[in-house]
Amino acid sequence: MRYAETGFNLEIDLTRGNIEKVATDPRDTELYLGGLGTNAKLLWDRVPPEVEAFDPENLLIFGAGLLCGTPATGCNRTIVSTISPQTKLMAFSMMGGFWAPELKYAGFDKVVLRGKSSELVYIWINNDKVEIRDASHLKGKGAVETAELIQKELNQPKAQVAAIGMAGENRVYYASIEQGRSSASRGGIGAVMGDKGVKAIVVRGTKDINIAQPAEYLGLCNEVLEYIKYREDHPIPGVMPILAGLGSPQEMKVHDEKWHTENFMWGNSRTRRKDFWNDEIAEEWTKTMEDSRTRLISCYNCPMKCGATISMPGLPTYMMKCFSKLTYTMAAFSDLDFGLRIAQKATEYGLDGFSTPQVMAFALELLENGILTDDDFPGMPDDSEGRFYWLLDRIVRREGIGDILADGTYWAALKIGKGADAYAHNNIKKTEQLPLKLSMLNPIYFLMYSTGEKMNITQIEGQFPQAPFPKREHREKFVEDWIQVPDDRFKQYFLDWEPRGENSMPFYPTVPMVCDIVDWQERMHYIDDALGMCAGLSSFPLKPPYHIHNYPKFITSGAGIEMDEEKLTKAAKRYRTLVRAVNIRRGMRRADEAPPENHWKKRFPELETELLDAYYELKGWNNDGIPTTESLQDLGLDYVSEDFIKRGILDK
Amino acid sequence: MKAEKKTKIVKTIRIDVDQCNGCRACEVICSAVHAAPKFSSNNPARSRIRIIRDPLRDIYVPVLAGEYTVAECAGRDKYMIDGKEYDECSFCRASCPSREEFKEPDSGLPLKCDMCEDEEDGPQCVKWCLVDALIYEEREEEVAEDEGPETLEIGLESLADKYGLETLMETMARMAKKG
Repeated sequence: MRYAETGFNLEIDLTRGNIEKVATDPRDTELYLGGLGTNAKLLWDRVPPEVEAFDPENLLIFGAGLLCGTPATGCNRTIVSTISPQTKLMAFSMMGGFWAPELKYAGFDKVVLRGKSSELVYIWINNDKVEIRDASHLKGKGAVETAELIQKELNQPKAQVAAIGMAGENRVYYASIEQGRSSASRGGIGAVMGDKGVKAIVVRGTKDINIAQPAEYLGLCNEVLEYIKYREDHPIPGVMPILAGLGSPQEMKVHDEKWHTENFMWGNSRTRRKDFWNDEIAEEWTKTMEDSRTRLISCYNCPMKCGATISMPGLPTYMMKCFSKLTYTMAAFSDLDFGLRIAQKATEYGLDGFSTPQVMAFALELLENGILTDDDFPGMPDDSEGRFYWLLDRIVRREGIGDILADGTYWAALKIGKGADAYAHNNIKKTEQLPLKLSMLNPIYFLMYSTGEKMNITQIEGQFPQAPFPKREHREKFVEDWIQVPDDRFKQYFLDWEPRGENSMPFYPTVPMVCDIVDWQERMHYIDDALGMCAGLSSFPLKPPYHIHNYPKFITSGAGIEMDEEKLTKAAKRYRTLVRAVNIRRGMRRADEAPPENHWKKRFPELETELLDAYYELKGWNNDGIPTTESLQDLGLDYVSEDFIKRGILDK
Repeated sequence: MKAEKKTKIVKTIRIDVDQCNGCRACEVICSAVHAAPKFSSNNPARSRIRIIRDPLRDIYVPVLAGEYTVAECAGRDKYMIDGKEYDECSFCRASCPSREEFKEPDSGLPLKCDMCEDEEDGPQCVKWCLVDALIYEEREEEVAEDEGPETLEIGLESLADKYGLETLMETMARMAKKG
């Protein structure tokens, strides 16, 4: 019997309309766990580097994490992996919500799509009964609207629907897949779904998920619940409110936006408005939020309330989470009312809330600077809000300038030429980043930004405080109950970290310490992504309930796979390296691993070189960021090194 | 003569629909605690508590499984509460032919909440609801011990009025013979 996982993938060939239930190899679970890990293995095995995002041979994989569907609180993530049209690398955007557990209850760990359907279809998985159904009547419909229509037409209010909007249908490079209150937004995976002709995947499951050692497993689950309660009563002192508790940053709950509005950049990630926040704005925005927010809501089996149902007067209801609350507002130099209104439209269109506002602000900056002209924007209104709506409508339809902008700032700048690339200034690996421009280089963030392959800093950072605490006594207090550290040396790194003086950034933490810290933070995210655990209860916040010490026990008692910290660390390293291998084979190299040039004012080129050198070495990668034969063999990835040698990527 | 009063303990789960965040942790733990062996599996489709949820209409109603019923209601009403429309079934605890709630997915056998009577710390759905939508309460209620016979007499009288005492007695005699 298989525990925690079902042991079956659903393979669908859209070109032929063929549907197969395929048993998976339990040895792969042991090596790559599940979710992202086994997704990466499938992409390595079956999608060679010659295959492009919109080729029928590209796979679009919806993977439920290994522990999804078990009683582990907050374990509900679907990891969607494919080749991205935007980066041409592996995308592995994730979503919470309710879809992954439902898939497990239907008896599958993954849905693997290949080929292309000539007509728009949706896939209906009702336990073992799987159908490819006509979706021509859903063409152009919003993602939220589509979910409702399908639930109604199937008479299945409990079915979970992952759907694309018009952006995905028209292959916008930053189109999302929307599902309930969540979305998988980064890397243009919605565009790949649209390219495959799939409007939605609908799941209903009523089967059991089995647990290997029931009493032990539930004991662990109860400990986690107790710890969540404890952390709710004990927010971390001395950090800003959104970092003090658990969950995603509580953007739907918190009204004080002084920090974001005055520290993040407005427009095309350009303008800092240092004295923006005042009582009047605070009052107005609070009222906007309270009038429109009907309820704070959660994902499956999780007590955190990171999302909200939003009903703006005159607009259909939608669900929002986290920072998309402010991205449109700030890109358009507008207010929260506008931000919540345009987000409704963007959610129905199915668009990434980080990239989209920035692409539009980028276009307007090009217009301001004469690189684009009024002729490129025929009929566009004069006001900022009107312009954003106008651009949004054109992007999702790929009309006129919208067709160019639909490829994101990097590719649009290439097409536009005339120096437009200087305005696509906030990208890493061709992907728009959070609008942050800071002063002093932070060596920890430098490494995370550079070497991250998730393209989103919130999915890389966490665990280690973002900045030193001013007073030693506060630091001493902080480390007292810091049980999550893999080793006590991390406490020492933090204790000695000062805001100023010798032990301050950028030279403290020292290079080896920085590597150690980044490696830990990244490892925790990768473990979450294989297990299906939400980063909000694990790798993202300070002092989370899940950590390297209890995770092995969860895997042992839940999935019945003997696990300890060392073995888990090695497994995470194995599929992390495999993700890199997929990307290396697709041409990614050290030259691609850089934060935006203007991310920090004060840069330290020598130190940055040293950081990358040291981190690559720690990771077992050569100086160009390629995993070495030796490290690949150590991880049991001999097949990767053989392929690298055959392709001339590594020498014999 | 006045009926003798005695007290009994009524187990109650106070359900605060305004607090529910729709996460379904109650369904998860309920199905796990009732699995055999305990916790060996979980499956919300076997749960004896369900959240009737419609997020876009802000409807979240946790309902605990009650009695099995052979037939659905002849009419089904709608309730308007705070501007939201609820189907009457949203509050109904029955395992009923009209819906899939509260039936074992394989056998279709009805499920019924047992208030986790084997668990030392009470109903597990309450324990797992960290948002306080479910609160366990025990309250004492006074009940009249010999209320039964009195009520029976009133009932029989009305039947006698309707059918005549003779018919009623004949029917009772026939029923008694059948056992």
